[in-house]
Amino acid sequence: MTLAERVLDGDIRAAARLMRDIDDRMKSAVTELKALYPHTGNAYILGLTGPPGAGKSTLVDQIVAAYRKKDLLVGVVAIDPTSPFTGGAILGDRIRMNRHAEDPGVFIRSLATRGALGGMSRSTMDVVNVMDAMGMDVVIVETVGVGQDEVDIVSTAHTTAVVMVPGLGDDIQAIKAGILEIGDVFVVNKADREGAERTARELTTMLEMKHPEPGAWLPHVVRTEGARGVGIEELVEEFEAHRAYLKTSGHLQRLIEERNAKLFADTLRDELFDTVFGAIRDNGRYQEILKGLRERSTDPYSAVEQVLAAHAFS
Amino acid sequence: MAERRLRVLVGKPGLDGHDRGAKIIARAFRDAGFEVIYTGLHQTPEQIVAASIQEDVDLIALSILSGAHNTLLPAVYSNLKEKGAEDIMLMAGGVIPEDDIPGLKAAGIAEIFTPGTSTEVIVDWVRTNVHPRA
Ligand code: B12
Ligand SMILES: Nc1nc2c(ncn2[C@@H]2O[C@H](COP(=O)(O)OP(=O)(O)O)[C@@H](O)[C@H]2O)c(=O)[nH]1
Ligand SMILES: [Mg+2]
Repeated sequence: MTLAERVLDGDIRAAARLMRDIDDRMKSAVTELKALYPHTGNAYILGLTGPPGAGKSTLVDQIVAAYRKKDLLVGVVAIDPTSPFTGGAILGDRIRMNRHAEDPGVFIRSLATRGALGGMSRSTMDVVNVMDAMGMDVVIVETVGVGQDEVDIVSTAHTTAVVMVPGLGDDIQAIKAGILEIGDVFVVNKADREGAERTARELTTMLEMKHPEPGAWLPHVVRTEGARGVGIEELVEEFEAHRAYLKTSGHLQRLIEERNAKLFADTLRDELFDTVFGAIRDNGRYQEILKGLRERSTDPYSAVEQVLAAHAFS
Repeated sequence: MAERRLRVLVGKPGLDGHDRGAKIIARAFRDAGFEVIYTGLHQTPEQIVAASIQEDVDLIALSILSGAHNTLLPAVYSNLKEKGAEDIMLMAGGVIPEDDIPGLKAAGIAEIFTPGTSTEVIVDWVRTNVHPRA
């Protein structure tokens, strides 16, 4: 049996292996993904983003428990950064989710960014698709949470939750620009801490000032205590409300279109680069170009034009 | 471009709360370019094996300073076998008396490192003996 057939057959090791092959960019993974693609499109994909330490992994653990109570199958993709110096990584999100390790209805996978920007690895979307094909009803993606340019999650997830904590104070003004646009749900976690009420109020005010078009989704602010499991039911209700809105408003179709377009564009970009670069490296052209650049007899722009014009890659 | 990276699960089985060694090993592995899944304290053998399978690791590296190594380590190995996953290598370290090491190796633990070992020696051993599974 192929890996894809075994995945569809419920084989956990095959699924784990395929995710590895995707992450390691093995050619064979593409064949398997092709076979799985018709079996995708059923999972509800939920993204969690927000600064490191905000409690994303702790919340994921609670959300998993909540969906398991509804008897749904849950996949988790948790992303942590790769060290730019060594290429290694410490992936620690599982620490908060250990109680689900043995539950056959839960599959958790940690991924390293491996140099990708935007809060996810380049493999994330494909790994989500494998979980979708495995029959997961819900797939939760936890992004890295550094910086404010984590917009990739928006085109990956159906619902994006932005997790924040009290005490951001005036900073909230500074960071609002980016995050107000990407969140469908806003979470003020660590509600046991001072200032939670105020942070939630400020956020709500800012969201209301956005003057949405009539009928558009108005994101709500939910207060939670991830560590003690407080506010999780309300949070999951909010996810479900957004999901229902996506369906009834026709917005879901738009999201799916965007997601398809992105997966196509990402794959095209990667494949083109790999093909062209692989070919010129193997036929010696790349070395010639490097020499030309060294001697300043050419420039990067002309070199690329020549490679493309000469179909030097085909 | 296609490239295999070594994936390692570092964890602490049982009720042992000593986590300095495990954290040092996790960092040394990261600095060696490995992807380390750190699962933290208080893991059962079953949890460790389930996580290792989902994460598709090449190596399970466990740290034990509690004295319970003679029960916990063989339990992890037999659980791996039960799940048909004994192709994942298993190593350990911590406060483990020399006299116990031959028995543990016979029980499926590939290698054991005790206090005072430099992390270079440990990383070298992994580089030589563990390879990403094809
Ligand atoms: C620091 C320490 C503590 C700290 C731990 C802090 C922490 N967060 O880790 C505190 C004070 C909390 C503590 C508490 C206790 N401790 Co204490 N503790 C120590 C001590 C002094 C040093 C351990 C340490 O951190 N070493 C530094 C690290 C870097 O070294 P390491 O872990 O050994 O790791 C090295 C190697 O072993 C190896 N290695 C380790 N793990 C792994 C994993 C892999 C995969 C590999 C390849 C290699 C590897 O590589 C590392 C680098 O060389 C040891 C004595 C000793 N000298 O070992 C006692 C010791 C471990 N503790 C002991 C005891 C009994 C306790 C308590 C039960 C005491 C009590 N009665 O309350 C409690 C229990 C705590 C608990 N919940 O489990 C005993 C254990 C006895 C036994 N095994 O038979 C020891 C051996 C002291 C003794 N001689 O009696 N302890
Ligand atoms: N006080 C408090 N701490 C919390 C809460 N939720 C999570 N934490 C703690 O915040 C720390 C970071 O949590 P983690 O989930 O790893 O954050 P992440 O980096 O966003 O994934 C951990 O020590 C958690 O126990 C909460 O509601 N209140
Ligand atoms: Mg996390």
